[in-house]
Amino acid sequence: MVALRLCPIATIHDHTGTLPPPAAAAMAEEMGSCRDRLIDQSLTARYSGWILEALDELPDNFLITDPVISGHPIVFASRGFLAMSGYAWEEVVGRNGRIFQGPATDWRSVMEIREAIREERTLQIRLLNYRNDGTPHWILFHLCPVFAMEDGRVIHFVAVQVPILRRSRCSRSGAREMIFGACRNEVRLDEDCGCNLAVDSFLDMDNKGLDAEESCKASDREKEKALNAANSVLSTMTHYSKLTGRVVCTKRRGSAGIAPLSSSLNISLGRIKQSFVLTNPHLPDMPIVYASDEFLSLTGYSRHEVLGCNCRFLNGPGTDAGVLQQIKDCIRAEQACSARLLNHRKDGSSFGNLLHISPVRDASGKFAFYVEVQMDENLKRDEHGLSPKMRQLGVVGQVKVAMRTLSSRAGP
Amino acid sequence: MERLTIKRVPTVLSNYQEDAAEPRGCARNCLGKCCLPASKLPLYVFKSDAELPVSPSDAAEEPRADFFLNSLLLGQWEDRMSRGLFRYDVTTCETKVIPGEQGFIAQLNEGRHLKKRPTEFRVDRVLQPFDPVKFNFTKIGQEEALFRFEAGQGTKAHFFESAPVDGATSLSVVVINVSPIEYGHVLLIPRLLDCLPQRIDAECFLLALHMAAEAGNPYFRLGYNSLGAFATINHLHFQAYYLSLPFPVEKAPMKKIHMAKGLANSGVKVSLLMNYPVRGLVYEGGHTLKDLADVVANSCICLQENNIPFNVLISDSGRRIFLFPQCYAEKQALGEVSQELLDTQVNPAVWEISGHMVLKRKKDYEEASEDYAWSLLAEVSLSKERFQEVKAYIFEATGLVEVKVELVDGNESKGTSYQSTPADSTHFSEGCLVLQ
Repeated sequence: MVALRLCPIATIHDHTGTLPPPAAAAMAEEMGSCRDRLIDQSLTARYSGWILEALDELPDNFLITDPVISGHPIVFASRGFLAMSGYAWEEVVGRNGRIFQGPATDWRSVMEIREAIREERTLQIRLLNYRNDGTPHWILFHLCPVFAMEDGRVIHFVAVQVPILRRSRCSRSGAREMIFGACRNEVRLDEDCGCNLAVDSFLDMDNKGLDAEESCKASDREKEKALNAANSVLSTMTHYSKLTGRVVCTKRRGSAGIAPLSSSLNISLGRIKQSFVLTNPHLPDMPIVYASDEFLSLTGYSRHEVLGCNCRFLNGPGTDAGVLQQIKDCIRAEQACSARLLNHRKDGSSFGNLLHISPVRDASGKFAFYVEVQMDENLKRDEHGLSPKMRQLGVVGQVKVAMRTLSSRAGP
Repeated sequence: MERLTIKRVPTVLSNYQEDAAEPRGCARNCLGKCCLPASKLPLYVFKSDAELPVSPSDAAEEPRADFFLNSLLLGQWEDRMSRGLFRYDVTTCETKVIPGEQGFIAQLNEGRHLKKRPTEFRVDRVLQPFDPVKFNFTKIGQEEALFRFEAGQGTKAHFFESAPVDGATSLSVVVINVSPIEYGHVLLIPRLLDCLPQRIDAECFLLALHMAAEAGNPYFRLGYNSLGAFATINHLHFQAYYLSLPFPVEKAPMKKIHMAKGLANSGVKVSLLMNYPVRGLVYEGGHTLKDLADVVANSCICLQENNIPFNVLISDSGRRIFLFPQCYAEKQALGEVSQELLDTQVNPAVWEISGHMVLKRKKDYEEASEDYAWSLLAEVSLSKERFQEVKAYIFEATGLVEVKVELVDGNESKGTSYQSTPADSTHFSEGCLVLQ
């Protein structure tokens, strides 16, 4: 892979330790409210305005999260959940589910959850969560993905929590060695509920927070309750999705068109806080398949305006045709390149774009996407002193790391 | 990718390794005393009074510190890729998770090994003196160095894009591994100019833990191979790379070893690794990172002094450390390993033991099964009896005292302690992983 320098890019040596330029701060603020809007509309856009009322009527404790929004935030918390956890709506919506975990939460349960999200499958697991007042409590955590019918993407996760009631001195059958009973079978939501993934463990006596608290397996009744709750939420969502025509389903249907980006890739990419897009060279006209929040702020476009389009909408009369041609040549040769382009925002204003483009492979080693990292040339180096060039390369690195494990799972 | 002839040879860590035997006037920018003091390198200074984190650093919500090391390390790595410094593009190497309970990870990598043999050393001695004639990291070019990684005094981390080396004491460097197992594969060389042989001491081990903690990402692990356990260069180094998949060893259950309270403990918990083909100890906890580092380092020192080869995996951002004494090299020498296993030419070093196998032949990759991985690793493990012996040495050396708690009958236990059942807690003390 050869980095072809089309124009020399000077590293800006600025040792004055200046504050970030006003533009960056405003951008950050705008991004914040942009994200807030996405969170607000996450459910209503797909399930219609009625969904919130309908979900509010369900007595169960559950959360709904949106893996497409960066940070994988909670977009809905049921009244039951807020009562159980002692949080208010504003304290929960927009945050990630990890806020309910704490020091004694079993690391491996968290790992199981993370893998279920990555693999986009259902999971039922015992989990130690913490209420707002800091007290821990055991819940049966039941997670299900919700798929868009049109393209099979996961667009939401439903997470039901059923409190596990403490029982005294439940005996274990025999002094058998404890095996971590993780199995990867999907828990089906129809009646023949397969394996459950409840993890048995006793807590250490010397564990500071949980003085002699113990728990046992979730009872069958609790498991059934979780399943039923999940079913109610899912059928409510399915029902209301028909109102907007953007129907959802609980099992992934084969997608007729473009293979969408998996939610796990969305989540990984969402962590990269810089302007970049992923484009798919295997599709006609090499469309954008992912755009970071920062890209949207930099260019002024919204996500649905850019997904599926080629990046050329950023170019304009002032954009050097010779440079464009050289970029095209590089792409055709499957090489990385850097260039400076004059680009235009949606509002017509222009900016000098330090663009770095690099091919990216997936876990099978095959060339999968291009990552294009944009940088406004007026942006000085960040307060840590890392040059813009290095930060761009860091984005490429993080995307490559995320891609290394993409198609490598043995999944359904 | 051109198919290289398969020979059982160690891998090349640096582009300068193969010509190390030739005498060289230093006309180039190396990392030796001739060139380095006059040079400048990026310098990352971490805050050295970092306590063992009680809750995980939140990678997604507060990206600054973690993101920075990712940006720095990965950005620099990508830069070296674009400059063609690696022997092959590791992103072209196919990777998959082998179906099964354990989730072993297999990679097809035909380019990892050499055409000719580099200089070697005995594999039957864990401690060997540093030999300046042989290849070591002072001989590599500065372009292979990414940045210095050293402790600071302040409460904040600092980065200097180009800091003069001159006058630096205890200079530690992160360099690229030109035969990477994964994207981002680097080597940490503590106290580079002191030319330490490959042996663990408490100070250097603490540096490695700090690097894991600073990265703040549980998928960025560090590993160490002693001589005799497939270390290739007798110059103190740790390896590190990213892979966003859980390692099988990290998912294996553990059985806590009950300790009598004592000074040696300092809050460190030790467990036995269970249900895993290689027997090992797992260390966690400690009131500070240094406490944890000291106990593990002392354990390693004990093994070194008893000439027992071993590997160490630093996992979960420095919160969990796995120690594997091993005996594969000895078994190989005695002809006790099956030819079939030998033919796959996998040297079971720390990454392989953790469950990440790099396979050199397409046939092996396509047929890779959990049974194969398990049977290979089972050859690496000490036997049950031998492991008990070694464990006893370690405990004696580190001042840990195991307490055996009795079981009265199958269902109940003596006293009020619930840990007395063999089906014990696989409790993880502090820290939990962040949800993605």
